[in-house]
Amino acid sequence: MFTYYLRLAWLSIRRNPILTALMVAAIGVGIGACTTTLTVYYLMARDPIPEKSDVLYRVLVDSWDPAEAYYDGDQGTAPPFMMTHQDAVALMRSDIPTHQSAMYRSAFVVESDNPEIAPDTYSARAAYRGFFDMFDMEFVFGGSWDAAADENGELVVVINRALNEDLFDGKDSVGRELKLSGTVFRVAGVVENWNPIPRFYDLNGKFRDSASLIVPFRTAVNLESDINGSVSCWKPEDINSFADFLNSECVWIKFWAQLDSPEQHAAYMDFLNGYSQEQKSLGRFARPIDNRLIDVMDWLKFRKVVSEDNVVLVGLSFLFLVVCLLNTVGLLLAKFIGGASLAGIRRALGASRAALFKQHLVEVGVIGLSGGLLGLVLAALGLKAVRGWFEDFEKITQLDWSMIGLALGLSLLASVAAGLYPTWRVCRIAPARYLKTQ
Amino acid sequence: MSFVLLKPFVLPIDPVRIGITKEEYTMLQMEHVSKVYRTDLVETHALRDFNFNVAEGEFVAVTGPSGSGKTTFLNIAGLLETFSSGTYLLDGEDVSQLSDDARSRIRNQKIGFIFQSFNLIPDLDVFDNVDVPLRYRKMSGDERKRRINRALEMVGLGARRKHLPSQLSGGQQQRVAIARALAGEPRLIFADEPTGNLDSLMARQVLDILEGINEKGTTIVMVTHDPELARRAHRNVHVLDGAITDFKPYEPDPERVDALAASA
Repeated sequence: MFTYYLRLAWLSIRRNPILTALMVAAIGVGIGACTTTLTVYYLMARDPIPEKSDVLYRVLVDSWDPAEAYYDGDQGTAPPFMMTHQDAVALMRSDIPTHQSAMYRSAFVVESDNPEIAPDTYSARAAYRGFFDMFDMEFVFGGSWDAAADENGELVVVINRALNEDLFDGKDSVGRELKLSGTVFRVAGVVENWNPIPRFYDLNGKFRDSASLIVPFRTAVNLESDINGSVSCWKPEDINSFADFLNSECVWIKFWAQLDSPEQHAAYMDFLNGYSQEQKSLGRFARPIDNRLIDVMDWLKFRKVVSEDNVVLVGLSFLFLVVCLLNTVGLLLAKFIGGASLAGIRRALGASRAALFKQHLVEVGVIGLSGGLLGLVLAALGLKAVRGWFEDFEKITQLDWSMIGLALGLSLLASVAAGLYPTWRVCRIAPARYLKTQ
Repeated sequence: MSFVLLKPFVLPIDPVRIGITKEEYTMLQMEHVSKVYRTDLVETHALRDFNFNVAEGEFVAVTGPSGSGKTTFLNIAGLLETFSSGTYLLDGEDVSQLSDDARSRIRNQKIGFIFQSFNLIPDLDVFDNVDVPLRYRKMSGDERKRRINRALEMVGLGARRKHLPSQLSGGQQQRVAIARALAGEPRLIFADEPTGNLDSLMARQVLDILEGINEKGTTIVMVTHDPELARRAHRNVHVLDGAITDFKPYEPDPERVDALAASA
């Protein structure tokens, strides 16, 4: 019967094309608005590393100004989101975390042996080798550098697949030399392109791609490579050299650790507290001890990756959908009551209320799905417009299959909800009422 | 053939309970049926103390002026409307307490309707219009096709399967409606002014078809205000102000009897 109902739906749609077009448009506009805002929200709010987001922790230690908290906002006070070089290096000596890495964002001018490839600046991440294992990065060729490279600041680099394609035509480049800002590095490995959305480990440019180059932290520091991230200082200090900067109280390094068990978590927190106590005895960390281990999702929430504006927008778009659906209810009522005589004939010929209900719901579903498809087109246009307005939103304005499925499911659900009352009404009509008999 | 035609003619009429003797199978039996339409201010008695029986195989004409209650009777008899009080047995089943689904099922399986204004579905072609009641019986496609083709052949529209109702004359549309009623092989056909929208030639053709159907054993109850049409039924019942006021046993048309005798 379903195919029969589908055919009847098609005939009914053909009978009232304008009314049907209005309903499809109403649902389409509502679904389009919802899908646009939901896509942005969904990509902003989703877990960027679901397999281990609950064991990865952003490490915060409070080295900040004794007179004023680094953060004092609607979520209370908090220690600095980054840490000083001296603290980062000290924390890296712990063997408690399964993996850990201090890191910062930099950039290098990449010069290829191939004269046809012009030198270009590529983003880089200075990190420890734990960075790869901690974030489950997949190697296409080679692997991460060894512990000695971290310790000694060796001139090794891991590049991503995209850069490997550009520079080495995608071939195995392990062992090949690469000149970065005038210094020759050896390629240790090639990783798969990895662009978590949002880029949770460094929210400065949270929707941008990960770096093309990853170099040992010590190497980048030794080369005094650029710091392409935030630097915050609270203490007046004479900083006349990079060495002065490294020894300053300025915070600029992000620190992540993988702690797989509650025991490991507790032990590491003890370690941090012990470290803070030690620093206090050395005249630093004048604030009350307030060390934090914040897992990925809490970190994204704390940093308000999804702004309240986005949440409000999603709410408004759903309200708009409700308005569109109310219009659809009216249009459906007009359509179904207009066709009540046909329903009366079918009832007279033996159609039960349930059969008529199903027939009309299938029609509503067809209209809803058509509205959903129109909504997807409108959402694609809406997201394109958002991309045009906000360059950083490129990655969070892509319709993926889950959102397409959600939009179609939502349109079906919404249209059926809108169609329930008109369908019920038409099914309650006494069959004799619309049969012209005399 | 003539015997088949004559069989209903000899049904005796019970003078007390308008209908037939209890030895005959009663297809439709209404006793003290009434229908009252109520609004806040007005109470309208569309049927009052309506007593009416129809034997299986009968062809009964229900006549009466406009507003007399003929259509209300037909709607109640066809389970298109409920009634306020009384008893109604259809094919031996008390239908007064049936659920809406059960009434739909009976309409679908036992009753065929033929309306004055045909009531075809304009978007569906002839084949699909006849298919409508069969769809609700969950029959196989082959069985539906067989019944539809046979019904259309019976009414002489086998070659018009793909025509839309708008492409047919009034008489042809009514024949489609008859085919639709026949396809379900109903035990009872209710016809409401089946020739009301037709010219005399087409009306005669439609009546011929109905008579042919009745000859094969299907009970027909026809509402009409045309005395000429009513005369072709086995029995006439006159309705006035929602009640039966007169009934007439069948009086064969002398010309028709002569014709039948001649053919025999």
